[in-house]
Amino acid sequence: MRRHKAKKRLSSLLTNGILIFICIIWLVPTVGVLITSFRDSQNIFTSGWWRVFPHREFVEVGEILIDESVDVDGPITAEGITATFDEWREGIRLEDGRMLTWIGNKRARRIAVQERQWVGFETDLTLDNYRDVLTGKTITFKNAAGNTITRQGNNLSSAFLNSLAVSIPATIIPILIAAFAAFGFAWLDFPGKRALFVGIVALLVVPLQISLVPILQDYTRLGLNGTFLGIWLAHTGFGLPLATYLLFNYISTIPRELLESAFIDGASNFTIFISLILPLSIPALASFAIFQFLWLWNDYLVALVFLGERNRVLTYALASIVGEKGQDWHLLTAGAFVSMILPLIVFLALQRFFVRGLMAGSIKG
Amino acid sequence: MDSKSINPEQVEKPKTPKQLGIFRWFTTTIGRVLISIFVPAMTFIILWRGFVFLSDNKAPQIILVLVAIIWGVGGVALLYLVSNWLVEKLPKPWTRRLQPFVFVGPAVAIMGWFLAFPVIRTLIASFQGPLSMTWVGFSNYVFAFTDRIMLETFRNNLLWVVFGTSFSVGMGLIIAVLADRTKLEVLYKSIIFAPMAISFVGAGVIWKFVYTYKGEGVGIQEIGLLNAVVLALGGQSRPWLNIPPWNNFFLIAIMVWLQTGYAMVIMSSAIKGVPAELLEASRIDGASEIKAFFRITIPYIKGTIITVTTTIVIFSLKIFDIVRVMTGGNNSTNVIANEFYLQRFTYGNTGRASAIAVILLIAVLPVVINNLREFGKGRKGF
Repeated sequence: MRRHKAKKRLSSLLTNGILIFICIIWLVPTVGVLITSFRDSQNIFTSGWWRVFPHREFVEVGEILIDESVDVDGPITAEGITATFDEWREGIRLEDGRMLTWIGNKRARRIAVQERQWVGFETDLTLDNYRDVLTGKTITFKNAAGNTITRQGNNLSSAFLNSLAVSIPATIIPILIAAFAAFGFAWLDFPGKRALFVGIVALLVVPLQISLVPILQDYTRLGLNGTFLGIWLAHTGFGLPLATYLLFNYISTIPRELLESAFIDGASNFTIFISLILPLSIPALASFAIFQFLWLWNDYLVALVFLGERNRVLTYALASIVGEKGQDWHLLTAGAFVSMILPLIVFLALQRFFVRGLMAGSIKG
Repeated sequence: MDSKSINPEQVEKPKTPKQLGIFRWFTTTIGRVLISIFVPAMTFIILWRGFVFLSDNKAPQIILVLVAIIWGVGGVALLYLVSNWLVEKLPKPWTRRLQPFVFVGPAVAIMGWFLAFPVIRTLIASFQGPLSMTWVGFSNYVFAFTDRIMLETFRNNLLWVVFGTSFSVGMGLIIAVLADRTKLEVLYKSIIFAPMAISFVGAGVIWKFVYTYKGEGVGIQEIGLLNAVVLALGGQSRPWLNIPPWNNFFLIAIMVWLQTGYAMVIMSSAIKGVPAELLEASRIDGASEIKAFFRITIPYIKGTIITVTTTIVIFSLKIFDIVRVMTGGNNSTNVIANEFYLQRFTYGNTGRASAIAVILLIAVLPVVINNLREFGKGRKGF
C-alpha cells in the first residue's frame, strides 16, 4: 500500500513537472516582450531582456593604455602577455579570472580590465516606449547615453479608439440582426424557411477570401471604402452565419408553453421578441458577443482590405510598425502590449462565457 | 383596424372591412402610404446624416467614435422598429405573411450580399483576366497549379495543415489529460489558453522577437531568446526565419502556440464527460493508465477530436496574418491566403486572385457537405 502511495506521488510530481515546463515555454515569450517594453531603447538593442534580472557578467574595473610607439599591426604586449590585435579584441582571460579586452578600433589604444561581478536588477526602466507608440505628436526624450532624441510618435492611441469604434458596433449589430433572424426561423412560419436555413449552414465555413474581391468592387462603387459603416457591414456579413446558427440553436430550445401564453395574451411577435426572447437568450448572446468582440479586435485581414490607412486599427498600425521599423524593438514590444491589453482583460474576466461560445461554434469558417 | 369608429356601413356588416366607405378607404390608404413613405425616408435621412458626419472626420476622435457607436447600433434598431411598425399597420393577413421577412430578411439579405453571391461572382471572375474585362478560360487555374511559386505555396500550406494541426491537437490532448489529474488544473489551462485572446499580429511581434538575429561580430550580443539559448548550448546563432524550408516550421510553431489552448479546452471538457465507472472498471481489470486512455478515453472522445481537428485544418488552410507579418511570404514561406492577397492587391490580378479563392473554397467543400448532411440528419421536422 505504501509503495502504491509513493508511486502515486511520483506520478503527480512528474505530471506537474511536465505541465510547469510547458507553461514556462508558453509564458516566456510574452514575458520577454512585456519586460522589453519597459527597457530603455539603447539597452534593448545591446543586451537581451533576461539581463534585467540579477546575473554575473564582466564589468570594467580598470584600463591599460597602449603607448603610441607600439605598432598595433604587430604583436602587442600588455600585462606580460603578447598577442595580436585580433586576439586582444576577442578578449584574453587571465588566470585570476579577470579578462583583458581591446575596446574599439586599432587607434583607440585602450585595453579594458574586466572582472566577473554580480549585477543587480536593471533599474533604468522607463515608460518612454509607451509614450512613443501612443502619442501622435513629435516627442523628445533622453536615451541612456544622454543624447536627446526627437521622434514622430506612432499614434497608437488613435488606433486604439478606432479599434473600439470598429469592434463595439460590429459586435452588437450582427448579434441583433442574428437574434431577429433566429427568432424568425425558430418560431415563425414562412415559405422557403428550410431552404434559407440550409443555405446559412452551408455558408458557415465559406472562406472570407471568396468575398473580398467582389465586395471591394461594390465598396468602391458605393464610396464605402475606408469607412466605419463599410467595415461594420463586412464584419456583420462574415459573422452572421455563425451568429444566426448559434442563436437559432439556443432560441429554438426555449419552451413552447412560455411563448404560447404570451401569444394568447395578444402580444405581437415583436413584443414577444423584445420582452421575452431577448432577455431569455442573454447567456447565448453574451457568449457570442465575447467571441465576436475578440475576433474583431484581433482581425487584421478585413481591416487591411476595407479600412486600410484611412482609419487605422491597432492590428493594422502594429503591422505597419513591423513593416517600417522592424528592428525597433522598443516600439514593437510596447505596441504589441497596447494591442493585447484589452482583449486579455476581457478574456481573463469572461473566460467562462468565451469557452461556452467556443464550444458551440467549433466549426467557424 | 379600429372597428370602434362609427361608420354606417360597418354597423350593417361589421366584420367585413371590404365594405368600408370608399372615401374613408381612400383617406386611410393615402395616409398610410404617406406615412409609410415619410417614416422610412426620415429614418434614412437621419442615418445618412450620421454617416456623412462620420466620414467628414473633423470632430475630435473620441466624439466621432462615440457617435459612430451610437449611430451604428441605434440605426439598426431603428430600422427594425420602423419596418415592423409598418408591417403591423397592414391588414392582419398581410402582417402575418410579411412579418417573418421583417425578422429574417435583413440577415438573409446581408448574408446574400456578403457571402452567397460573392461565391458566384468570384467563380465568374476566376475565368476572367486581371481586370475582369476579358474571358480567359481556365488559364488562371492552369497558372495556379503549374506556377513554381504557387506549387511551393501549396506545399507550405500542406506543412501548415499537417504539422500545425497535429501538433496543436496532440499538445492540446496531452495537456488536457495531464491537467485533469492535478489540483492546479485551472491555472495551467488558463496559461495555455491565454494566447487565444491576442491577435496574430501581436503574436507575430512576440515571436519575431524570440527569433530575432543580430549576426556575428565582436561585442555583439544576441537579443533574441532562441539564439541566446542556442548559443548557451554551444550552438551557433542563425537568422531562423531566412532558412528555407525550416523557417516554415518556426512560423507553424506560432500557430501551435496560439491554437493548442483551443484544442485543449474543447477536449478537456470532453474528457470530463468520460464516465468514471468505465475507467474504474478497466482499472479493476488490471489495465494500466495508458491502456485505459487508449481503450476508453480516446474512443469516447473521438467525435470531439474529429471536430477540433476539422476546425484547425480549416483554420490552417486560411492562415494569413502570421505569414504576412513575419516574412511577407518571402524566403519560401508563402501560403495560399497570402498569395491571394499579393495577386489581388500587389499585382492587381483579380482573375488569379479569384481562382485562388475558389481553390480555397473547394478545399473546405467536404466540410460544407458534411455540415449539411449532419444538419439534415438532426432536424427532420424543421
